[in-house]
Parts: sequence; structure tokens; C-alpha cells
Amino acid sequence: MGKALFDKIWDSHVITDLGNGFILMHIDRLLLHDMSGGKAMKEAMEKGYVPAQPRLIYGTPDHTMSTRPGRTEKTHPPGEPLLRSMRETTTKFGIKLFDLGQDGNGIVHVMGPEQGLTLPGTTLVCGDSHTSTHGGMGALAFGIGASELVHVIATQTMVQRKPKRFRVSFEGKLQPGVTAKDMILHLIGDVGTAAGTGFAVEYAGSAVRALPVEARLTLCNLTIEMGARTGMVAPDDTTYEFLHGRDYAPKDALWDRAVAYWRTLPTDPDAEFDREHTIDMAKVAPQITWGTSPEHVIAVDQAIPDPSTGPEDKRAAWAAALQYQGLEPGKPIEGTKVDWVFIGSCTNSRISDLRAAAEIVKGRHKADHVTAWIVPGSERIKKQAESEGLDKVFTDAGFEWREPGCSICIAANGERVPPGKRSVSTSNRNFVGRQGPGARTHLASPAMAAAAAIKGAIADVRKF
Amino acid sequence: MDKFTKVTGIAAPLMRQNVDTDLIIRIERLVDNVGREGLGPYCFEQIRFKPDGSENPDCVFNQEPYRGSPIILAAENFGCGSSREGAVWALKGMGIQAVIAPYFGDIFNNNCFQNGILPVALPIEDVEQLADEMKASPGNARITVDLENCVVISPTGRTIPFKVDARRQHAMLNGLDDIAQTMSNQDKIEAWQTADKSARPWVWL
Ligand code: SF4
Repeated sequence: MGKALFDKIWDSHVITDLGNGFILMHIDRLLLHDMSGGKAMKEAMEKGYVPAQPRLIYGTPDHTMSTRPGRTEKTHPPGEPLLRSMRETTTKFGIKLFDLGQDGNGIVHVMGPEQGLTLPGTTLVCGDSHTSTHGGMGALAFGIGASELVHVIATQTMVQRKPKRFRVSFEGKLQPGVTAKDMILHLIGDVGTAAGTGFAVEYAGSAVRALPVEARLTLCNLTIEMGARTGMVAPDDTTYEFLHGRDYAPKDALWDRAVAYWRTLPTDPDAEFDREHTIDMAKVAPQITWGTSPEHVIAVDQAIPDPSTGPEDKRAAWAAALQYQGLEPGKPIEGTKVDWVFIGSCTNSRISDLRAAAEIVKGRHKADHVTAWIVPGSERIKKQAESEGLDKVFTDAGFEWREPGCSICIAANGERVPPGKRSVSTSNRNFVGRQGPGARTHLASPAMAAAAAIKGAIADVRKF
Repeated sequence: MDKFTKVTGIAAPLMRQNVDTDLIIRIERLVDNVGREGLGPYCFEQIRFKPDGSENPDCVFNQEPYRGSPIILAAENFGCGSSREGAVWALKGMGIQAVIAPYFGDIFNNNCFQNGILPVALPIEDVEQLADEMKASPGNARITVDLENCVVISPTGRTIPFKVDARRQHAMLNGLDDIAQTMSNQDKIEAWQTADKSARPWVWL
């Protein structure tokens, strides 16, 4: 029997079998951010450990840093000690920190692939559940907790039990207005937030093969929202083209050797999966969430669901979600008034996302009552966008053009959507209070978010 | 790893699905420097307290006899979402020692074992019945979670077996240190790394 991409990476990283289904796995890359990085380093040191492989560890502050134009680490004071401890601990051990405002700084899941730190066939972990994003490069990447983080710092390994394999095939052509964000939201709506629990997911099919790398990163980003810790796309020429010449990618003869190796990684035709699911892209329209879980999602031209006609085990949750969101069942979601628009986060803050949003915004102006933010994913993206004049497109339309960071994806940096306000956000979580206490979140693609800012209401991007 | 062997006590029924770690602990509490021991008062703050800071009487954790109970009963997918281990520290700070639910978020599940909180996976029917038995005899009903024998004992004395990885069970019963265990394999780690440096030199920056 052939092997899946996942098995090939897994098997090649087994250091030893620990019995009872557990193995000791080598970790090729550890990424640190300000919420967990400095603390984990300090804890490791307090316990008497030093980083086993400092050259395989990289750090970037993103979560707690203000994104206000002209910000410093002091703009949001609670973040300052977190960054300070990151600086102290990384300097001490010679760990590369992409510090605030420096080239290479950005949201951890944006700057990793951007710098070429994320490579096909590698294992990569970070103290953040959206680490699955890096799977878009053909890496086995997953989020870990704080204790596990200390374990990786001290040993560059993890104790792991093999998950089952789940393949999702997206087949056919993307319909107008449909993006990778719509693909993954639709999938989560289809299978539910727990379908992936205990599984490693591979995204395959003709629609995935046709996606550029940045869109594959978006696709893999929301894997945790269906319960799976890791999601991946097999590397191919699209991946190699994206990676070639990036700062930390191999060069010259080593590059050729690496590509030859990477070409052996894709899933063999006769590999078996524990679960398969296929989505026909002809049937997928632009998506928007209505509730407080990413599985609460509909096409933008659909009506807000009615709990009394929903599945019995979901009725209570649906009713509670509608109440929190201040929505009426049965009404069209299109036209629902919006107060905030956030285009950013590790899901959708890359240059292609900003270009897609700018295309909608160009020559138009946001609705007066809407606050609209563009938060680029990294310093490089910000500079690239500025060189293309995208910042001007946005500011001319009344949007705020901000500094890179996580911002109101998580509201850990003092920035938040005010209580009761409705936001269309390109991030990945619409949980209760995620964008600030009482904030109401609707997840959508960058173009859909841009359209909502212009209309001042949830809008169908296909009408633009 | 903190030790866990057995707990007997009142179990608070929080019978909702998809209790995410954002709900268990807000991110700001992990930015403010309260430290992991100080998170208990903020555990579930969005449902325990009203916006004005007063207690929400509708929340099970504010109701007698469930206030301060060491066990939570919950519906599917408890601990989904963010990887923040602060969710487990907050539960611990609130005095929780075990959570019984049909299944858990994968990362949360791992984090529990690191901190001596036992996640017990039981079918929803069993969890619901435990909740019913708790409510039938408020104040008197007790549940026991026994890791050594891998059983839950219901308020009416029914014994319900549960499964746990043998490796994790052993580590938790004995409070073993993961890192020390891994370091006993240091020679194997080094051998793997030496071989990998020649097989995949581009990974080694
Ligand atoms: S952008 Fe949001 S989801 Fe992504 S790493 Fe930052 S906080 Fe997490």
C-alpha cells in the first residue's frame, strides 16, 4: 500500500518508538511569538534547560503589539514586558528574533512561509492553534500548548501519537467571487467543527492544485476550526516557485537536492485514508458566518437559519448564537447592517488578500458609519502593498492603513470591536467575545469584507 | 506533569457544546501579568459575571451546590479552539480536577495531561445521565473519577469505565516529568539528527 504525504513526513521524523502508540518526533522548526514565546523560554530556563537547537527556533512579536500607525512596543503597555522577555531570552541563546518594525517581522504564520522558514516535508510547531497554516507549504505543522513548548525548547522533539488520516478533495472550478476562504468555511459548515478531531487532514483535488500558495495557506489556516490540529497540501511546482529565492530557503545545488526530495513527498495514488470527503466547487458560493462558531456558515444569498427547523442537537446552540449576534431567523443575511470591517490576520492578510480587497474598494468609499481597518500580515507585505499604491486605494476610500500584527483577530493588544457592534472580519474565529467582549463577528473573504465596508452592510461580492 | 489519581466531589453540569478556550479564559488575562496561579477568578468570566462585574445567577458555577465543584460535565468538543494552556490553568485555579465530556479539543486534551487535570471521554448519553443524577439529589450527589481503575462512579453507584492512553495514565498517576523522560533518549535524538544533517542538509540552518 502506498503512503500519504502525512505518513511520509511522520515516518521520516520518528526518532524512536516509545510504545503504546507513542513516538518521539523530531521538530525541524519552532516558531515563537510574544504571547507564549518569552514565557516558555523563561520557564525552560527556570527548570534548568537551555534550547537544544537554537538555530531551529525563530521568533516574532505579533499578538500583543499595537497596530496603530507609528506604534512602538509601548503603545499597548501590557505587551511590552512580553516582548522584553522575548528579546532577553532569544538574545541570550542566539535565537533569531524578527523584532518589531524590522524586516521579516509579522504574524507568525505569515512571516514563516514568507521568509522561507517553512519548508515542505518538515515538522513545524508553534504555541498557537493556527500553526496548521504552514501545511499549505507541504509541512507537517501543528499548534501546541505551553508545556509542550518548553519540551520542544529543551529537546527539539515531541512525544506524539499518530492521528488518523482525513482527505478532503475539492473538485472543479471556483465560481465567481469564491476564494480559498469560502472553500474552507463551506467545508467546516458541511462537516462541523469536530469532524477533524483526532485526524490529520490533507486537502487535495483539482481546485486545490489550482490554488496559489497564499490561498493554500488560507485553506490550511482554518483546519483547527474543524477540530484537526494539522492540515496540509502536497508540495508541487507552485510551491517551489513560491519558495525559490526566499531568505531561508535552500540555494543553488542544495535547492536542487531539496526539490528532488520534495518531489517524493506527495501522496501515492494507492494510499488509503480513514475518512474521505469531496466537495464539488460548482456548488460553492461566497460564504459568510452568521453565528458564534465557524460551522455557523451560509452562502451570502441564503437566509439566516431557523433553530426550530435545525438539527435537534444544535437547536439550543443556534438559538443562543442568534441571540448573541442579534439576528432574526429566516431573514436574508445580505443587507444586515455592519459597523466594523477588519481585513487582516494569519488567515487573510497576505499581499494577494490585500489586492483582492483593493480591487473591490478602488474608486469607491466606505459607508460613513463603518470603521474599516486594513492590517497587513507582515512588514514586507506592508511595504509591497505600499509600493503598489494599495495603501492609497484604502485610505482614499476611508479605510485605516495600519501596522502589521494580529490586531482585532484576537483583541489581545488593546484593540477591539466595541460591545454589540457587528464586524465582518477576514480572521478565523467568530467565538463569543473573540474580537472584544460583546462583539459580533461574521467571517468572510477579503473581497466580501471590502464589499461590506462599501455597502455598510453584509453584501454579495458578486454584485460588485 | 502534575499527579492525578482520584477525585470525588460534586460535578457541575455545563451541558453545552463547543465550549472553546476563549470562553474558558479571555486572552487579555493572559497578557496582563497575573501569572498562571492567578487565573482562577477569571475562568469562564464571560458567563460567570455580568458586564457590570456582578455574578450572573444563571451560570451553573454560581449556583448551589455547584459552586467550587471539582468536576465539570459538558457536551461535545469541550476545549476546542485556541491552544492557550491558560485555559487549563484557569480551570485549575477554579478548583477543577476533571472534566467529563464526549470528546475534547485535541490541544486542550494534551494540555490537561500536562497539568494534572483529567479529561474523561464518555458518550453523551452517559454524561447526560450523570448530570441528571447530580440534579436529582442536589447537595448529596457525588461523582468519583478514578484514574487507576479508569472508572467513573455515578451518584447512584453505577460504575462507568473510560479509556485513557496507558502511557499517559502511567505518567499522570506517577507525576512523571516528560522532559526528563525524553532526555533519557538523548543518544537516539543525536543519532537521528546526525543522519538527518546529511540526508536533508537544507533543513539545518
Ligand atoms: S492572527 Fe489571529 S489567529 Fe492568527 S496567530 Fe494572530 S491571533 Fe492567532
